[in-house]
Amino acid sequence: MRLDLSHIQRWIAPHSRVLDLGCGDGEFLETLQRERQVNGTGIEIDEDNINAAIARGLNIIEQDMDGGLGNFPDQSFDTVVMAHALQAVHYPDRVLEEMLRIGRECIVTFPNFGHWRCRVHLGTRGRMPVSEFMPHSWYDTPNIHFCTVRDFEELCLQRDIRILSRDFVGNTDREPLLATTWPNLFATTAIYHITR
Amino acid sequence: MTSRQDSRSVGIVQPQVARFDDPLLLACGRELSGFELVYETYGQLNASKSNAILICHALSGHHHAAGYHSESERKPGWWDECIGPGKPIDTQRFFVVSVNNIGGCHGSTGPKSINPETGKAWGPDFPSLRARDWVHSQARLADRLGIDCWAAVIGGSLGGMQAMRWSLEYPDRLKHCVVIAAALKLSAQNLAFNELARQAIFSDPAFEDGNYIYNGTVPSQGLSLARMVGHITYLSDEAMANKFGRELRAGSFELGDEDNIEFQVQSYLRYQGSQFSSQFDANTYILMTRALDYFDLAREYENDPVKAFTHASCSFLVMSFSTDWRFAPARSREIVDALIAANRPVTYAEIQADEGHDAFLMPIPRYLNAFSAYMQRVGGDS
Repeated sequence: MRLDLSHIQRWIAPHSRVLDLGCGDGEFLETLQRERQVNGTGIEIDEDNINAAIARGLNIIEQDMDGGLGNFPDQSFDTVVMAHALQAVHYPDRVLEEMLRIGRECIVTFPNFGHWRCRVHLGTRGRMPVSEFMPHSWYDTPNIHFCTVRDFEELCLQRDIRILSRDFVGNTDREPLLATTWPNLFATTAIYHITR
Repeated sequence: MTSRQDSRSVGIVQPQVARFDDPLLLACGRELSGFELVYETYGQLNASKSNAILICHALSGHHHAAGYHSESERKPGWWDECIGPGKPIDTQRFFVVSVNNIGGCHGSTGPKSINPETGKAWGPDFPSLRARDWVHSQARLADRLGIDCWAAVIGGSLGGMQAMRWSLEYPDRLKHCVVIAAALKLSAQNLAFNELARQAIFSDPAFEDGNYIYNGTVPSQGLSLARMVGHITYLSDEAMANKFGRELRAGSFELGDEDNIEFQVQSYLRYQGSQFSSQFDANTYILMTRALDYFDLAREYENDPVKAFTHASCSFLVMSFSTDWRFAPARSREIVDALIAANRPVTYAEIQADEGHDAFLMPIPRYLNAFSAYMQRVGGDS
């Protein structure tokens, strides 16, 4: 499982109700159901992913987050998770607001565009970073709203979003300490546990 | 194209009849002193009787959902794409029961049956029916077959509505409910089309207020017209464009030749209408369209579908098709949203398909894949 997802697990209470926005093929939700016995629901738009998730026995709703999440009642889930999808939605701030409305707690992970490699790439080559982690070219990337760790925290401050905890994943195993000490420079992935 | 020798066909099947002599109190307040259900089964019931699937048919459907009645039958049952070995409703795994609804005209007690009180066919006097009457009659069949709990109740269109009604009437008797191309209730536009179909039948002089059955006449003109109207609503603009376009079947636009012009779509619709009118009973058509009109899942739950679904205890699969304008994806999303709000387990797939409402009968790869994947889960739970 992806590193950010294994970090998230500990923040999810056993037997709680979990909504996973952009759940992909459902691997994470399946793990949560198996190891935490959660009552899980996933949202996804990719049809192959949807079929894969159905085959895992998960409850999956085909729905485009950009069309809104108004069909989910207020505070109807214990935790709403969105892993690596914030940067791909049309209005990340609105989706965050919706997550906080639907869930008592939320967990968001996103790639940190402030990572030094991105800065070097942009700074020295003057071109948009393409790496193993961000493999798309600027014109065909689904990631249309990149942000940095600092950008995200600034948004939380502006919107009165309370950060319960944060965690950072560095580039390979060499940099975990650097990533937690100077996340905006060394974290490839940022993980936030937030609430209102 | 499958054939009866095909390893993915259930092969030759034989309808069966179950007779019930206890009275059935209907939602309209009237009672059937007894009734018969004609049904087919495919696959084997396991020892714990936990692998049974109930198929609910749509407006003009019947019990013959898969396989062939004889070597010479031209077409297999109406849902042969989805029922059979290795198909979504896999008969190697499940015991499938497909019933003709009461009020129907394919063998179950309906307007063509004899009313024991008069010794004559019921005709237009057959009691008005609701989806729940079908559900209750099918529960009796489940009792008869020793099935306490269906692994799944499955239906498309009106059959999907009936499946939802099952989930509320007998929450402990099904583990999964599969609702395809359905709605919580009909829209005004749906009601309007059904009224148009009924008026077509009423306006046929041969209909004689439904008494044609005693006079040896058949309102085939009216029934045919009703079917043509219905058929248009089952197809999408895209499907009709792909299938017929503006192709001519006869005539040409050459000077002086216009009289003979017939578009392919005209001839197709007339053929569908006349085929249908030779096989279907007009009184049944009126009865079934009314049952469809009166269906409103949440009416008795303060018109709140969320409240309604809190009475269900099964898991749901809901599917819709992008070009279905009879029961559009938005109608299915209403079902899904109510299930979410009621905290019921639900899976929803919105299938891109050009075929309109009829898509639920078609071999659309993504549809069959999603359906199969879900049925694996049903099998795991059974």
